[in-house]
Amino acid sequence: MIYQGKEKIWSDYQKEIPDDHWFYARSCIRQNFFPASEKYFLTICRDLLGKDICDNEHHTTCGGISYHSDTIPQATAMAIVARQFSLMTEAGYKNLVVSCITSFGNYTEILETWREFPEVEARVREDLWKACRREFEKPEYVAHASDLMYHFRDEIAARAKYKLVNRQTGEPLKVVEHIGCHYAKMFPHKGVGGAEYPCVLSGMVDSWGGKVIDYPERRHCCGFGFRQYLVKANRGYSIANTYKKFESMAPYHPDMIITNCPGCPYFLDRWQYVIAEMEGKTYGENGFGIPALTYEEMAGLVLGYDPWDLGLQLHQVAIEPLLDKMGVPYDPSKKYLGLNEKDLMKPELPKNLRCF
Amino acid sequence: MGKYYDELCEDYRFKEGMHTCINCGTCTAICPAAEFYRYDPRKIVDTVQRKDDDEIEALLKSETIWYCGECMSCLTRCPRKNGPGLVIMALRKLSTKYGFFTCSERGRQLYPLSKALNGNILKYGYCIHAESFTMKDHPEAGPVFAWHLDHREDSYARQGANYMKPGPGAMRLIAKEDLDELKAIFDVTGGTEWMETIDRFSEEKAREMGMTMDEYREYTFTHCSPGHFNNEE
Repeated sequence: MIYQGKEKIWSDYQKEIPDDHWFYARSCIRQNFFPASEKYFLTICRDLLGKDICDNEHHTTCGGISYHSDTIPQATAMAIVARQFSLMTEAGYKNLVVSCITSFGNYTEILETWREFPEVEARVREDLWKACRREFEKPEYVAHASDLMYHFRDEIAARAKYKLVNRQTGEPLKVVEHIGCHYAKMFPHKGVGGAEYPCVLSGMVDSWGGKVIDYPERRHCCGFGFRQYLVKANRGYSIANTYKKFESMAPYHPDMIITNCPGCPYFLDRWQYVIAEMEGKTYGENGFGIPALTYEEMAGLVLGYDPWDLGLQLHQVAIEPLLDKMGVPYDPSKKYLGLNEKDLMKPELPKNLRCF
Repeated sequence: MGKYYDELCEDYRFKEGMHTCINCGTCTAICPAAEFYRYDPRKIVDTVQRKDDDEIEALLKSETIWYCGECMSCLTRCPRKNGPGLVIMALRKLSTKYGFFTCSERGRQLYPLSKALNGNILKYGYCIHAESFTMKDHPEAGPVFAWHLDHREDSYARQGANYMKPGPGAMRLIAKEDLDELKAIFDVTGGTEWMETIDRFSEEKAREMGMTMDEYREYTFTHCSPGHFNNEE
Protein backbone atom coordinates (compact mmCIF):
# COMPACT_ATOMS: atom_id res chain seq x y z
CA MET A 1 0.00 0.00 0.00
CA ILE A 2 1.28 3.49 -0.85
CA TYR A 3 0.64 6.13 1.80
CA GLN A 4 0.76 9.89 1.31
CA GLY A 5 0.73 13.00 3.57
CA LYS A 6 -0.39 12.39 7.16
CA GLU A 7 -1.25 8.81 6.29
CA LYS A 8 2.39 8.29 5.37
CA ILE A 9 3.59 9.72 8.69
CA TRP A 10 1.10 7.59 10.61
CA SER A 11 2.02 4.51 8.58
CA ASP A 12 5.50 4.64 10.13
CA TYR A 13 3.86 3.79 13.44
CA GLN A 14 1.63 0.97 12.23
CA LYS A 15 2.69 -2.63 12.56
CA GLU A 16 1.68 -5.29 10.11
CA ILE A 17 1.57 -8.04 12.68
CA PRO A 18 1.80 -11.61 11.36
CA ASP A 19 -1.35 -13.58 11.98
CA ASP A 20 0.05 -16.90 13.14
CA HIS A 21 3.01 -19.13 14.15
CA TRP A 22 4.80 -17.58 17.11
CA PHE A 23 7.52 -18.61 19.53
CA TYR A 24 6.53 -17.37 23.01
CA ALA A 25 9.00 -16.02 25.59
CA ARG A 26 7.78 -15.66 29.18
CA SER A 27 8.46 -12.81 31.59
CA CYS A 28 10.46 -12.85 34.83
CA ILE A 29 7.96 -10.63 36.65
CA ARG A 30 4.69 -11.67 35.02
CA GLN A 31 5.05 -15.38 35.66
CA ASN A 32 5.68 -14.66 39.35
CA PHE A 33 2.91 -12.11 39.89
CA PHE A 34 0.47 -12.68 37.01
CA PRO A 35 0.95 -16.34 36.01
CA ALA A 36 -2.68 -16.68 34.94
CA SER A 37 -2.25 -13.79 32.49
CA GLU A 38 0.46 -15.74 30.66
CA LYS A 39 -1.76 -18.83 30.77
CA TYR A 40 -4.73 -16.93 29.33
CA PHE A 41 -2.62 -15.35 26.60
CA LEU A 42 -2.06 -18.90 25.37
CA THR A 43 -5.65 -19.96 26.07
CA ILE A 44 -7.07 -17.05 24.04
CA CYS A 45 -4.60 -17.27 21.16
CA ARG A 46 -4.33 -21.04 20.92
CA ASP A 47 -7.56 -22.55 22.21
CA LEU A 48 -10.03 -19.80 21.33
CA LEU A 49 -8.55 -18.35 18.14
CA GLY A 50 -6.74 -21.47 16.93
CA LYS A 51 -3.31 -19.87 16.57
CA ASP A 52 -0.02 -21.76 16.69
CA ILE A 53 2.07 -20.52 19.64
CA CYS A 54 5.09 -22.50 20.82
CA ASP A 55 5.60 -22.58 24.62
CA ASN A 56 9.16 -23.93 24.83
CA GLU A 57 10.39 -25.22 28.19
CA HIS A 58 14.07 -24.49 27.53
CA HIS A 59 13.91 -20.72 27.19
CA THR A 60 14.82 -18.45 30.10
CA THR A 61 15.01 -14.81 31.08
CA CYS A 62 16.29 -12.42 28.41
CA GLY A 63 18.44 -10.82 31.13
CA GLY A 64 16.76 -7.44 30.59
CA ILE A 65 16.14 -6.60 34.25
CA SER A 66 19.76 -7.38 35.13
CA TYR A 67 20.98 -5.43 32.11
CA HIS A 68 18.97 -2.35 33.09
CA SER A 69 20.06 -2.74 36.70
CA ASP A 70 23.65 -2.71 35.39
CA THR A 71 24.56 -6.07 36.91
CA ILE A 72 25.50 -7.74 33.61
CA PRO A 73 27.36 -6.35 30.60
CA GLN A 74 25.52 -5.94 27.32
CA ALA A 75 27.53 -8.77 25.78
CA THR A 76 25.96 -11.18 28.28
CA ALA A 77 22.44 -9.87 27.63
CA MET A 78 23.02 -10.20 23.89
CA ALA A 79 24.20 -13.79 24.12
CA ILE A 80 21.24 -14.76 26.33
CA VAL A 81 18.92 -13.25 23.73
CA ALA A 82 20.85 -15.02 20.95
CA ARG A 83 20.21 -18.30 22.80
CA GLN A 84 16.47 -17.55 22.79
CA PHE A 85 16.72 -16.99 19.02
CA SER A 86 18.53 -20.30 18.72
CA LEU A 87 15.71 -22.10 20.54
CA MET A 88 13.19 -20.38 18.28
CA THR A 89 15.15 -21.43 15.18
CA GLU A 90 15.47 -24.98 16.48
CA ALA A 91 11.69 -25.16 17.02
CA GLY A 92 11.07 -23.99 13.44
CA TYR A 93 9.63 -20.55 14.14
CA LYS A 94 10.42 -17.13 12.64
CA ASN A 95 8.14 -14.86 14.70
CA LEU A 96 8.92 -14.10 18.33
CA VAL A 97 6.26 -12.87 20.76
CA VAL A 98 7.41 -11.78 24.19
CA SER A 99 5.39 -11.46 27.37
CA CYS A 100 7.51 -8.67 28.86
CA ILE A 101 7.98 -5.03 27.83
CA THR A 102 11.55 -4.91 29.18
CA SER A 103 12.24 -7.95 27.01
CA PHE A 104 10.54 -6.34 24.00
CA GLY A 105 12.79 -3.30 24.44
CA ASN A 106 15.82 -5.53 24.99
CA TYR A 107 15.22 -7.65 21.87
CA THR A 108 14.53 -4.53 19.82
CA GLU A 109 17.63 -2.72 21.09
CA ILE A 110 19.79 -5.73 20.36
CA LEU A 111 18.45 -6.29 16.83
CA GLU A 112 18.78 -2.58 16.02
CA THR A 113 22.33 -2.57 17.38
CA TRP A 114 23.25 -5.56 15.27
CA ARG A 115 21.72 -3.86 12.23
CA GLU A 116 23.82 -0.76 12.80
CA PHE A 117 26.98 -2.49 14.06
CA PRO A 118 27.24 -5.86 12.25
CA GLU A 119 30.55 -6.57 13.97
CA VAL A 120 28.67 -6.79 17.29
CA GLU A 121 26.35 -9.46 15.88
CA ALA A 122 29.36 -11.39 14.59
CA ARG A 123 30.95 -11.32 18.05
CA VAL A 124 27.72 -12.53 19.70
CA ARG A 125 27.50 -15.41 17.25
CA GLU A 126 31.04 -16.40 18.22
CA ASP A 127 30.23 -16.06 21.92
CA LEU A 128 27.12 -18.22 21.65
CA TRP A 129 28.95 -20.90 19.71
CA LYS A 130 31.78 -20.93 22.22
CA ALA A 131 29.43 -21.07 25.21
CA CYS A 132 26.65 -23.36 23.96
CA ARG A 133 27.64 -24.68 20.51
CA ARG A 134 24.52 -22.98 19.20
CA GLU A 135 23.69 -21.07 16.02
CA PHE A 136 20.61 -19.00 15.25
CA GLU A 137 18.50 -17.14 12.74
CA LYS A 138 17.25 -13.72 13.72
CA PRO A 139 13.47 -13.47 14.04
CA GLU A 140 11.64 -12.03 11.05
CA TYR A 141 9.24 -10.31 13.41
CA VAL A 142 9.29 -9.45 17.12
CA ALA A 143 6.00 -8.55 18.77
CA HIS A 144 4.94 -7.85 22.30
CA ALA A 145 2.09 -10.07 23.50
CA SER A 146 -0.16 -6.99 23.72
CA ASP A 147 0.46 -6.43 19.99
CA LEU A 148 -1.16 -9.80 19.30
CA MET A 149 -4.08 -9.08 21.61
CA TYR A 150 -4.50 -5.74 19.77
CA HIS A 151 -4.26 -7.55 16.42
CA PHE A 152 -7.04 -9.93 17.47
CA ARG A 153 -9.16 -7.30 19.26
CA ASP A 154 -12.06 -7.46 16.82
CA GLU A 155 -12.13 -11.26 16.89
CA ILE A 156 -12.26 -11.06 20.67
CA ALA A 157 -15.00 -8.40 20.48
CA ALA A 158 -17.03 -10.72 18.26
CA ARG A 159 -16.90 -13.38 20.97
CA ALA A 160 -17.44 -10.98 23.90
CA LYS A 161 -19.85 -11.99 26.65
CA TYR A 162 -19.39 -8.77 28.60
CA LYS A 163 -18.45 -5.28 27.50
CA LEU A 164 -16.48 -2.56 29.17
CA VAL A 165 -19.76 -0.87 29.95
CA ASN A 166 -21.39 -0.01 33.24
CA ARG A 167 -24.36 -2.33 33.34
CA GLN A 168 -26.37 -0.02 35.61
CA THR A 169 -25.94 3.19 33.64
CA GLY A 170 -25.17 1.88 30.16
CA GLU A 171 -22.20 4.24 30.02
CA PRO A 172 -18.77 3.09 28.80
CA LEU A 173 -16.34 2.33 31.63
CA LYS A 174 -13.69 5.00 32.06
CA VAL A 175 -10.35 3.30 31.47
CA VAL A 176 -6.83 4.53 32.13
CA GLU A 177 -4.32 2.84 29.84
CA HIS A 178 -0.67 2.72 30.84
CA ILE A 179 1.98 1.72 28.31
CA GLY A 180 5.27 0.34 29.59
CA CYS A 181 8.13 2.75 28.86
CA HIS A 182 10.25 0.30 26.87
CA TYR A 183 7.38 -0.52 24.51
CA ALA A 184 8.01 2.50 22.27
CA LYS A 185 9.99 5.22 24.04
CA MET A 186 13.30 3.80 22.79
CA PHE A 187 12.19 2.77 19.30
CA PRO A 188 8.90 4.54 18.54
CA HIS A 189 8.45 2.89 15.13
CA LYS A 190 8.37 -0.54 16.81
CA GLY A 191 5.20 0.19 18.79
CA VAL A 192 1.66 0.45 17.43
CA GLY A 193 1.06 4.21 17.32
CA GLY A 194 4.62 5.12 18.37
CA ALA A 195 5.67 6.67 21.67
CA GLU A 196 3.42 9.72 21.65
CA TYR A 197 0.15 8.11 20.49
CA PRO A 198 0.42 4.41 21.29
CA CYS A 199 -2.89 2.73 20.57
CA VAL A 200 -2.05 -0.85 21.43
CA LEU A 201 -4.16 -0.72 24.62
CA SER A 202 -6.58 2.06 23.71
CA GLY A 203 -7.46 0.08 20.57
CA MET A 204 -8.54 -2.86 22.75
CA VAL A 205 -10.54 -0.57 25.05
CA ASP A 206 -12.33 1.03 22.09
CA SER A 207 -13.14 -2.34 20.55
CA TRP A 208 -14.51 -3.74 23.78
CA GLY A 209 -16.82 -0.86 24.62
CA GLY A 210 -14.84 1.28 27.08
CA LYS A 211 -13.78 4.90 26.96
CA VAL A 212 -10.11 5.82 27.34
CA ILE A 213 -9.28 8.66 29.73
CA ASP A 214 -6.71 11.20 28.57
CA TYR A 215 -5.03 12.70 31.64
CA PRO A 216 -1.93 14.89 32.11
CA GLU A 217 0.51 12.21 33.28
CA ARG A 218 -0.67 9.52 30.90
CA ARG A 219 2.82 8.85 29.53
CA HIS A 220 4.72 9.21 32.83
CA CYS A 221 6.68 6.14 33.96
CA CYS A 222 4.99 3.89 36.55
CA GLY A 223 8.11 4.30 38.68
CA PHE A 224 9.75 0.87 38.34
CA GLY A 225 13.14 2.31 37.43
CA PHE A 226 14.79 -1.13 37.90
CA ARG A 227 17.29 -0.44 40.76
CA GLN A 228 14.92 2.30 41.99
CA TYR A 229 12.40 -0.38 43.00
CA LEU A 230 14.57 -3.46 43.38
CA VAL A 231 16.66 -1.89 46.16
CA LYS A 232 14.57 -1.32 49.28
CA ALA A 233 16.31 1.97 50.10
CA ASN A 234 15.25 3.48 46.75
CA ARG A 235 11.55 2.64 46.68
CA GLY A 236 10.51 6.21 47.46
CA TYR A 237 11.28 6.90 43.79
CA SER A 238 8.91 4.18 42.69
CA ILE A 239 5.95 5.13 44.87
CA ALA A 240 6.45 8.89 44.26
CA ASN A 241 6.14 8.41 40.51
CA THR A 242 3.09 6.18 40.80
CA TYR A 243 1.55 8.65 43.27
CA LYS A 244 2.02 11.39 40.69
CA LYS A 245 0.04 9.34 38.19
CA PHE A 246 -2.76 8.56 40.67
CA GLU A 247 -3.14 12.23 41.58
CA SER A 248 -3.26 13.12 37.90
CA MET A 249 -5.86 10.49 36.96
CA ALA A 250 -8.04 10.78 40.10
CA PRO A 251 -10.15 13.78 38.95
CA TYR A 252 -11.34 11.67 35.99
CA HIS A 253 -12.69 8.91 38.31
CA PRO A 254 -11.39 5.91 36.35
CA ASP A 255 -13.18 2.58 36.73
CA MET A 256 -10.06 0.61 35.90
CA ILE A 257 -6.44 0.81 34.75
CA ILE A 258 -4.99 -1.47 32.09
CA THR A 259 -1.31 -1.99 31.41
CA ASN A 260 0.95 -3.92 29.06
CA CYS A 261 4.14 -4.01 31.14
CA PRO A 262 5.03 -6.64 33.77
CA GLY A 263 5.89 -4.22 36.57
CA CYS A 264 3.28 -1.55 35.90
CA PRO A 265 0.16 -3.48 37.01
CA TYR A 266 2.04 -4.60 40.13
CA PHE A 267 3.11 -1.06 41.08
CA LEU A 268 -0.21 0.53 40.13
CA ASP A 269 -1.90 -2.07 42.35
CA ARG A 270 0.49 -2.35 45.30
CA TRP A 271 1.36 1.31 45.67
CA GLN A 272 -2.39 2.02 46.08
CA TYR A 273 -2.27 -0.39 49.02
CA VAL A 274 0.80 1.32 50.49
CA ILE A 275 -0.61 4.85 50.02
CA ALA A 276 -3.86 3.74 51.69
CA GLU A 277 -2.02 2.18 54.63
CA MET A 278 0.43 5.08 55.05
CA GLU A 279 -1.85 8.04 54.38
CA GLY A 280 -5.38 6.66 54.54
CA LYS A 281 -5.99 7.78 50.97
CA THR A 282 -7.86 5.60 48.47
CA TYR A 283 -8.49 6.34 44.81
CA GLY A 284 -11.60 4.24 44.05
CA GLU A 285 -15.15 4.64 45.32
CA ASN A 286 -16.17 3.86 48.92
CA GLY A 287 -12.70 3.08 50.23
CA PHE A 288 -11.76 0.73 47.38
CA GLY A 289 -8.86 1.25 45.00
CA ILE A 290 -8.83 1.44 41.20
CA PRO A 291 -8.34 -2.09 39.84
CA ALA A 292 -5.18 -2.31 37.69
CA LEU A 293 -5.37 -5.16 35.18
CA THR A 294 -3.20 -6.77 32.56
CA TYR A 295 -4.57 -6.79 29.00
CA GLU A 296 -5.11 -10.56 29.23
CA GLU A 297 -7.14 -10.12 32.41
CA MET A 298 -9.27 -7.49 30.68
CA ALA A 299 -9.68 -9.69 27.59
CA GLY A 300 -10.49 -12.66 29.83
CA LEU A 301 -13.28 -10.77 31.60
CA VAL A 302 -14.70 -9.60 28.26
CA LEU A 303 -14.66 -13.20 27.03
CA GLY A 304 -16.44 -14.45 30.14
CA TYR A 305 -13.72 -16.46 31.87
CA ASP A 306 -14.04 -16.92 35.64
CA PRO A 307 -12.31 -14.02 37.47
CA TRP A 308 -10.58 -16.42 39.86
CA ASP A 309 -9.30 -18.55 36.94
CA LEU A 310 -7.82 -15.30 35.59
CA GLY A 311 -5.91 -14.81 38.85
CA LEU A 312 -7.67 -11.61 39.90
CA GLN A 313 -7.55 -12.74 43.54
CA LEU A 314 -3.81 -11.99 43.49
CA HIS A 315 -4.44 -8.26 43.22
CA GLN A 316 -4.31 -6.30 46.46
CA VAL A 317 -6.94 -3.87 45.15
CA ALA A 318 -10.35 -5.54 45.23
CA ILE A 319 -11.61 -6.43 41.76
CA GLU A 320 -15.24 -7.00 42.81
CA PRO A 321 -16.48 -3.41 42.23
CA LEU A 322 -15.35 -3.67 38.60
CA LEU A 323 -16.98 -7.10 38.19
CA ASP A 324 -20.23 -5.67 39.57
CA LYS A 325 -20.11 -2.74 37.15
CA MET A 326 -19.53 -5.05 34.17
CA GLY A 327 -22.08 -7.57 35.39
CA VAL A 328 -19.52 -10.38 35.47
CA PRO A 329 -20.76 -13.18 37.77
CA TYR A 330 -18.42 -14.51 40.47
CA ASP A 331 -18.58 -16.65 43.57
CA PRO A 332 -17.00 -14.77 46.52
CA SER A 333 -16.64 -17.99 48.50
CA LYS A 334 -14.29 -19.43 45.84
CA LYS A 335 -11.92 -16.47 45.62
CA TYR A 336 -9.09 -17.97 47.63
CA LEU A 337 -9.65 -21.69 47.03
CA GLY A 338 -6.99 -23.89 45.50
CA LEU A 339 -7.41 -26.55 42.85
CA ASN A 340 -10.38 -28.85 43.45
CA GLU A 341 -11.68 -26.27 45.93
CA LYS A 342 -8.88 -26.98 48.39
CA ASP A 343 -9.08 -24.69 51.43
CA LEU A 344 -6.06 -22.37 51.46
CA MET A 345 -7.47 -20.07 54.17
CA LYS A 346 -7.61 -16.34 53.38
CA PRO A 347 -5.16 -13.45 53.35
CA GLU A 348 -5.27 -10.84 56.06
CA LEU A 349 -7.10 -7.68 55.06
CA PRO A 350 -5.38 -4.29 54.82
CA LYS A 351 -6.35 -1.77 57.49
CA ASN A 352 -7.41 1.08 55.20
CA LEU A 353 -7.77 -0.24 51.67
CA ARG A 354 -11.14 -1.95 51.40
CA CYS A 355 -10.83 -5.56 50.24
CA PHE A 356 -12.66 -8.88 50.42
CA MET B 1 40.58 13.61 24.51
CA GLY B 2 40.79 11.94 27.89
CA LYS B 3 41.19 8.26 28.70
CA TYR B 4 37.67 7.90 30.06
CA TYR B 5 36.09 9.70 27.12
CA ASP B 6 37.92 7.43 24.69
CA GLU B 7 36.68 4.40 26.60
CA LEU B 8 33.14 5.73 26.57
CA CYS B 9 33.38 6.13 22.80
CA GLU B 10 33.96 2.38 22.49
CA ASP B 11 30.52 1.66 23.98
CA TYR B 12 27.86 1.47 21.25
CA ARG B 13 25.28 2.90 23.68
CA PHE B 14 27.46 5.97 23.97
CA LYS B 15 27.82 6.15 20.19
CA GLU B 16 24.04 6.06 19.88
CA GLY B 17 23.25 8.27 22.85
CA MET B 18 25.84 11.03 22.67
CA HIS B 19 25.66 13.36 19.72
CA THR B 20 26.05 17.09 20.13
CA CYS B 21 23.99 18.21 23.10
CA ILE B 22 22.52 21.70 22.74
CA ASN B 23 21.82 21.99 26.48
CA CYS B 24 18.11 22.64 25.99
CA GLY B 25 17.16 20.69 29.12
CA THR B 26 14.25 18.77 27.55
CA CYS B 27 15.67 15.54 29.02
CA THR B 28 15.62 16.99 32.52
CA ALA B 29 12.10 18.32 32.07
CA ILE B 30 10.74 14.89 31.06
CA CYS B 31 12.88 12.83 33.48
CA PRO B 32 11.02 11.05 36.35
CA ALA B 33 14.29 10.82 38.31
CA ALA B 34 15.07 14.54 37.98
CA GLU B 35 11.76 15.38 39.60
CA PHE B 36 12.53 13.21 42.60
CA TYR B 37 16.31 13.19 43.04
CA ARG B 38 18.95 15.92 42.90
CA TYR B 39 19.59 14.80 39.38
CA ASP B 40 20.00 16.63 36.10
CA PRO B 41 20.73 14.56 32.98
CA ARG B 42 21.42 17.75 31.00
CA LYS B 43 24.37 18.55 33.28
CA ILE B 44 25.70 15.00 33.05
CA VAL B 45 25.68 15.00 29.25
CA ASP B 46 27.21 18.48 29.23
CA THR B 47 29.97 17.37 31.60
CA VAL B 48 30.74 14.31 29.49
CA GLN B 49 30.90 16.24 26.23
CA ARG B 50 33.60 18.49 27.72
CA LYS B 51 35.82 15.35 27.61
CA ASP B 52 37.68 16.29 30.77
CA ASP B 53 39.05 13.20 32.56
CA ASP B 54 38.92 14.70 36.04
CA GLU B 55 35.31 15.76 35.63
CA ILE B 56 34.30 12.39 34.19
CA GLU B 57 36.08 10.57 37.03
CA ALA B 58 34.17 12.69 39.52
CA LEU B 59 30.95 11.60 37.80
CA LEU B 60 31.99 7.94 37.96
CA LYS B 61 32.47 8.29 41.73
CA SER B 62 29.28 10.30 42.27
CA GLU B 63 25.77 9.44 43.47
CA THR B 64 24.21 11.17 40.49
CA ILE B 65 24.85 8.56 37.79
CA TRP B 66 22.90 6.01 39.87
CA TYR B 67 19.67 8.05 40.09
CA CYS B 68 18.48 7.27 36.54
CA GLY B 69 15.68 4.67 36.27
CA GLU B 70 16.57 3.79 32.65
CA CYS B 71 12.98 4.42 31.53
CA MET B 72 14.46 6.13 28.44
CA SER B 73 11.82 8.88 28.36
CA CYS B 74 14.72 11.24 27.51
CA LEU B 75 15.47 9.33 24.33
CA THR B 76 11.98 9.96 22.93
CA ARG B 77 12.00 13.70 23.46
CA CYS B 78 15.56 14.90 22.80
CA PRO B 79 15.45 17.18 19.74
CA ARG B 80 18.98 16.10 18.77
CA LYS B 81 18.36 12.36 19.24
CA ASN B 82 20.67 12.09 22.22
CA GLY B 83 19.97 9.46 24.85
CA PRO B 84 21.14 10.60 28.28
CA GLY B 85 19.88 7.27 29.63
CA LEU B 86 22.25 5.46 27.26
CA VAL B 87 25.12 7.74 28.31
CA ILE B 88 24.32 6.84 31.93
CA MET B 89 24.53 3.12 31.12
CA ALA B 90 27.97 3.64 29.57
CA LEU B 91 29.11 5.69 32.60
CA ARG B 92 27.88 3.00 35.01
CA LYS B 93 29.86 0.40 33.05
CA LEU B 94 33.07 2.39 33.54
CA SER B 95 32.26 3.05 37.19
CA THR B 96 31.88 -0.70 37.70
CA LYS B 97 35.05 -1.57 35.78
CA TYR B 98 37.24 0.77 37.84
CA GLY B 99 35.52 0.09 41.17
CA PHE B 100 34.44 3.74 41.50
CA PHE B 101 30.88 2.57 42.26
CA THR B 102 31.88 1.89 45.87
CA CYS B 103 32.58 5.61 46.36
CA SER B 104 28.85 6.39 46.46
CA GLU B 105 25.96 5.03 48.53
CA ARG B 106 23.82 4.45 45.43
CA GLY B 107 26.71 2.87 43.56
CA ARG B 108 27.34 0.41 46.41
CA GLN B 109 23.85 -0.95 45.79
CA LEU B 110 25.30 -2.87 42.84
CA TYR B 111 26.35 -5.54 45.33
CA PRO B 112 22.88 -6.55 46.60
CA LEU B 113 21.48 -6.12 43.07
CA SER B 114 24.06 -8.44 41.54
CA LYS B 115 23.62 -11.05 44.28
CA ALA B 116 19.84 -11.05 43.86
CA LEU B 117 19.37 -10.73 40.10
CA ASN B 118 22.36 -12.69 38.83
CA GLY B 119 21.89 -15.22 41.62
CA ASN B 120 18.31 -15.80 40.45
CA ILE B 121 19.30 -16.08 36.79
CA LEU B 122 21.94 -18.71 37.49
CA LYS B 123 19.78 -20.65 39.97
CA TYR B 124 16.25 -20.35 38.55
CA GLY B 125 16.75 -19.07 34.98
CA TYR B 126 14.89 -15.80 35.63
CA CYS B 127 15.82 -12.45 37.21
CA ILE B 128 13.01 -12.60 39.79
CA HIS B 129 11.71 -15.72 41.53
CA ALA B 130 9.17 -16.45 44.24
CA GLU B 131 11.67 -18.81 45.94
CA SER B 132 13.94 -15.87 46.79
CA PHE B 133 11.22 -13.22 47.23
CA THR B 134 10.58 -12.43 50.91
CA MET B 135 7.98 -10.25 52.61
CA LYS B 136 10.74 -8.81 54.79
CA ASP B 137 12.39 -7.35 51.70
CA HIS B 138 9.07 -6.58 50.01
CA PRO B 139 6.43 -5.50 52.54
CA GLU B 140 4.70 -3.53 49.78
CA ALA B 141 3.67 -6.82 48.17
CA GLY B 142 0.83 -6.79 50.68
CA PRO B 143 -1.04 -9.43 52.67
CA VAL B 144 -2.41 -11.06 49.54
CA PHE B 145 1.10 -11.90 48.36
CA ALA B 146 2.11 -13.06 51.84
CA TRP B 147 -0.83 -15.48 51.62
CA HIS B 148 0.19 -16.48 48.10
CA LEU B 149 3.78 -17.20 49.16
CA ASP B 150 2.58 -19.23 52.15
CA HIS B 151 0.51 -21.38 49.77
CA ARG B 152 2.69 -20.96 46.69
CA GLU B 153 2.45 -24.49 45.32
CA ASP B 154 -1.35 -24.57 45.57
CA SER B 155 -1.85 -20.96 44.56
CA TYR B 156 0.37 -21.22 41.47
CA ALA B 157 -1.32 -24.50 40.55
CA ARG B 158 -4.73 -22.80 40.83
CA GLN B 159 -3.53 -20.26 38.29
CA GLY B 160 -2.27 -22.74 35.78
CA ALA B 161 1.44 -22.42 36.55
CA ASN B 162 3.82 -25.39 36.58
CA TYR B 163 5.58 -24.41 39.79
CA MET B 164 9.10 -25.87 40.08
CA LYS B 165 8.23 -28.86 37.94
CA PRO B 166 9.79 -29.98 34.64
CA GLY B 167 8.11 -29.16 31.32
CA PRO B 168 6.70 -25.93 29.90
CA GLY B 169 4.67 -23.30 31.73
CA ALA B 170 5.00 -20.39 34.12
CA MET B 171 7.35 -20.83 37.10
CA ARG B 172 8.60 -24.17 35.75
CA LEU B 173 11.81 -25.76 36.95
CA ILE B 174 14.53 -24.81 34.48
CA ALA B 175 16.49 -27.89 33.50
CA LYS B 176 20.12 -28.18 34.61
CA GLU B 177 21.39 -28.26 31.00
CA ASP B 178 19.66 -24.92 30.34
CA LEU B 179 21.11 -23.36 33.50
CA ASP B 180 24.53 -24.72 32.48
CA GLU B 181 24.20 -22.90 29.14
CA LEU B 182 23.38 -19.64 30.97
CA LYS B 183 26.45 -20.11 33.18
CA ALA B 184 28.61 -20.76 30.12
CA ILE B 185 27.26 -17.57 28.53
CA PHE B 186 28.16 -15.64 31.69
CA ASP B 187 31.67 -17.12 31.59
CA VAL B 188 32.31 -16.45 27.91
CA THR B 189 30.80 -12.97 27.63
CA GLY B 190 32.25 -11.32 30.72
CA GLY B 191 29.17 -11.68 32.95
CA THR B 192 31.05 -13.77 35.50
CA GLU B 193 34.00 -11.37 35.44
CA TRP B 194 31.58 -8.46 35.91
CA MET B 195 30.05 -10.15 38.99
CA GLU B 196 33.51 -10.91 40.38
CA THR B 197 34.54 -7.29 39.86
CA ILE B 198 31.49 -6.10 41.80
CA ASP B 199 32.27 -8.64 44.55
CA ARG B 200 35.97 -7.74 44.76
CA PHE B 201 35.49 -3.99 45.11
CA SER B 202 32.51 -4.49 47.44
CA GLU B 203 34.57 -6.75 49.71
CA GLU B 204 37.27 -4.07 49.90
CA LYS B 205 34.66 -1.47 50.79
CA ALA B 206 32.99 -3.71 53.38
CA ARG B 207 36.38 -4.21 55.09
CA GLU B 208 36.89 -0.45 55.08
CA MET B 209 33.44 0.01 56.64
CA GLY B 210 34.10 -2.73 59.21
CA MET B 211 31.26 -4.96 58.03
CA THR B 212 30.86 -8.62 57.16
CA MET B 213 29.51 -9.22 53.65
CA ASP B 214 26.08 -10.14 55.06
CA GLU B 215 26.01 -6.89 57.01
CA TYR B 216 27.22 -4.96 53.96
CA ARG B 217 24.56 -6.52 51.76
CA GLU B 218 21.78 -5.68 54.23
CA TYR B 219 23.12 -2.16 54.80
CA THR B 220 23.49 -1.30 51.11
CA PHE B 221 20.04 -2.75 50.40
CA THR B 222 18.21 -0.79 53.09
CA HIS B 223 20.17 2.29 54.12
CA CYS B 224 19.35 5.71 52.71
CA SER B 225 21.31 8.74 53.95
CA PRO B 226 19.95 12.28 53.76
CA GLY B 227 20.87 14.39 50.74
CA HIS B 228 19.51 12.52 47.74
CA PHE B 229 16.17 14.22 47.29
CA ASN B 230 14.93 17.49 45.84
CA ASN B 231 12.58 18.13 48.75
CA GLU B 232 15.35 18.06 51.38
CA GLU B 233 16.75 21.24 52.88
